[in-house]
Amino acid sequence: MENHDVIIIGAGPAGLSTAMRLRELGVKDVVVLERETKAGGVPRHCGHFGFGWESHKRLMSGPKFAKRMASAANDIDIRTSTTVLEFTMRNSLRVHSSKGISDMSAKRIVLATGTRESSRAAQLIGGNRLPGVMNTGTLQQYVYLKNQKPFSNPMIIGNEWVTFSALLTCRHAGIKPVGIFAEEQKLDAPWFFPLGAKFAYGVPVQTKTKLIAIHGSTRVEAVQFERNGQRNMIACDGVILSGKFKPENALLATAPSNIIITGNALGTVHTAGACVVNARALAETIAKDLQ
Amino acid sequence: MDKRFDIAVIGGGVVGLAILRRFAMSGLKCVLLEKGADILSGASKGNSALLHTGFDAPAKSIELQCMKAGYAEYIEIRQKLNLPLLETGAVVAAWTEHELAALDGIIKKAHANGVADVKKLSQIELRIREPQLSKSVLGGVLVPGEHVIDPWSAPLAYAQQAIAHGAVIMRNTEVKAAEFKKDEWQLAGITARVVINAAGLFGDHVEALVRPSPFTIKPRKGQFVVFDKPAAKLARSIILPVPNERTKGVVLFRTIFGNLAIGPTAEDTDERENGSTDSATLEKLKARAIEMVPALGDVNVTAVYAGLRPATEQKDYVIEALKDQNWITVAGIRSTGLTGSLGIAQHLAKLYAKNFGKLPKKPPEPIFTPVPNLAEHSIRPYMKGGEIVCHCEWVTRGEIETACSGPLPAGDLGGLKRRTRAMMGRCQGFYCGAEIASLFKEAAHGKP
Repeated sequence: MENHDVIIIGAGPAGLSTAMRLRELGVKDVVVLERETKAGGVPRHCGHFGFGWESHKRLMSGPKFAKRMASAANDIDIRTSTTVLEFTMRNSLRVHSSKGISDMSAKRIVLATGTRESSRAAQLIGGNRLPGVMNTGTLQQYVYLKNQKPFSNPMIIGNEWVTFSALLTCRHAGIKPVGIFAEEQKLDAPWFFPLGAKFAYGVPVQTKTKLIAIHGSTRVEAVQFERNGQRNMIACDGVILSGKFKPENALLATAPSNIIITGNALGTVHTAGACVVNARALAETIAKDLQ
Repeated sequence: MDKRFDIAVIGGGVVGLAILRRFAMSGLKCVLLEKGADILSGASKGNSALLHTGFDAPAKSIELQCMKAGYAEYIEIRQKLNLPLLETGAVVAAWTEHELAALDGIIKKAHANGVADVKKLSQIELRIREPQLSKSVLGGVLVPGEHVIDPWSAPLAYAQQAIAHGAVIMRNTEVKAAEFKKDEWQLAGITARVVINAAGLFGDHVEALVRPSPFTIKPRKGQFVVFDKPAAKLARSIILPVPNERTKGVVLFRTIFGNLAIGPTAEDTDERENGSTDSATLEKLKARAIEMVPALGDVNVTAVYAGLRPATEQKDYVIEALKDQNWITVAGIRSTGLTGSLGIAQHLAKLYAKNFGKLPKKPPEPIFTPVPNLAEHSIRPYMKGGEIVCHCEWVTRGEIETACSGPLPAGDLGGLKRRTRAMMGRCQGFYCGAEIASLFKEAAHGKP
């Protein structure tokens, strides 16, 4: 069986930073496994500004940040299109690649699989099942990776930073959202975000407004809302469900109890830069532990 | 394309496709007309995907007869078509004294229906078999022959086998008018000697082409909640409730794709297409599942869906041949259609021979067209390599390409999902949605 000092699962900001810091500290045999075709993680498709402050002390776009991370890690053994299927034993993994399935083991295994937004189904949102209902992350892939516009006038749901990332993505693609609605009392984002949305982009932001159902026959035609006990319909041709992050940690089902986790796979929702800082600190602990 | 056929089937659901397969394999020239962009766009899109024994079906009904014949034929042909069978068995669980008292009647009925291996389980026996079931369960009935199958690959296999025997499937083809003259039907630009109405949720509309419909479709909606993969190990059997007159009730069942699901509800609705869910009902279903299996409280919901069953005023199937009008009606096929479809097709072959002339004496040698396996418990394509594009369900690029080509390529994104499982996992397309949509677009581009 292929054996290494450290295997890191996930080549996003956290995984790559762990690997790079380990190398700096003299741990030579480090492998990063990435299921996507390219390293870089979620920032790869966050085409707007705002990445890197904590780690690089300057702001850049997501793809630029991802590229910078990936090229700094170019001497590390990163295996893309490589999916970890499950833990087989305490320190070994069943891994899928184009050649088939094989087993790998390491002295330490680090889970850096990131986080994703909650799906419509997980939130039990009713109505018809239709295309044009998606999370921010998926919209970003349509817009920044595929150069496609999945709708023209969607409703954005959410009250987090990523909600405004959805707005920026729409702007980039020439999509004009009909509004930003949040079920919560308050926004969990800087105070000037909703002002910017309203005055710079003409998109109203409304809290205490709960999405009840999504309606349409073959496409989204309207959404139903509840506000102050009153239900109303608003016309739109898509729905962006932003935030309500869940760690992408299905692998935990088979992982040993002492598994090492870093980045947003921990269940946090930190910026990519913060994940880099935390991951570098974790790498120091792992390096010491290996000595 | 030659536009003259012996038989035109209206409706590309599981029933219509099984009928198409039966007549095509008998050597008749058949066409199927489906109004949706793909097969399985109506009632067959969302069901509980169970292979039923008929233990609780109405005695002496056509439904029971078709289910038993359909069950037997599925078991006989499934390996040749590479169709899966997850042998779970089912348990009818009693949660109240009243339900406990009803168990003997269920066993008696099952035995009368010819399902001889049905037997009672004491509270202890049931807990040993289903240790994750809530301790409040009082006892049950074991039905060893109830199993889990793949609700979409089976009808796809019937469709492909029919095509291999010369049948034609026309999608995006709604039958709005039909004319019967000189012993022939003219409809949707083709000519057919006999028309079979298997239009499911639109059965009464299509029936009106031949006569004032003696039945009305009263769609009955069933909502479902699907739990994530770790849930599958929490139930060994299908957990059935003690049924009532109207419905089989809410069932907890494993899926062939390695999940655990609960449903369906039974709600009368006016919807005939794209049944809608509602949060309150979904919450209730989820709560009921957790009540039955408390450990489900720690498992996330992966998917929700609503299916529409084409119920009529009658309880039994409506199957009838109109000899003078060269027409066969197949309507009111509700929850048991997936199991019953092959049996219905056998029944129709007899009905045809009786009313419209003998079937060809020498049917062609049967050709079997295996479908790709989607079942979690069998060997899946990713195990041999390839590039995984759907990371939750481990669907490969090769599988997507296969589903977008061949004699019956996916007609829409829903059809692609049903053929591959792509985007059906826990992230519901968060990671792969854009990629799969563009792969589908590429494959569909340039198609006539």
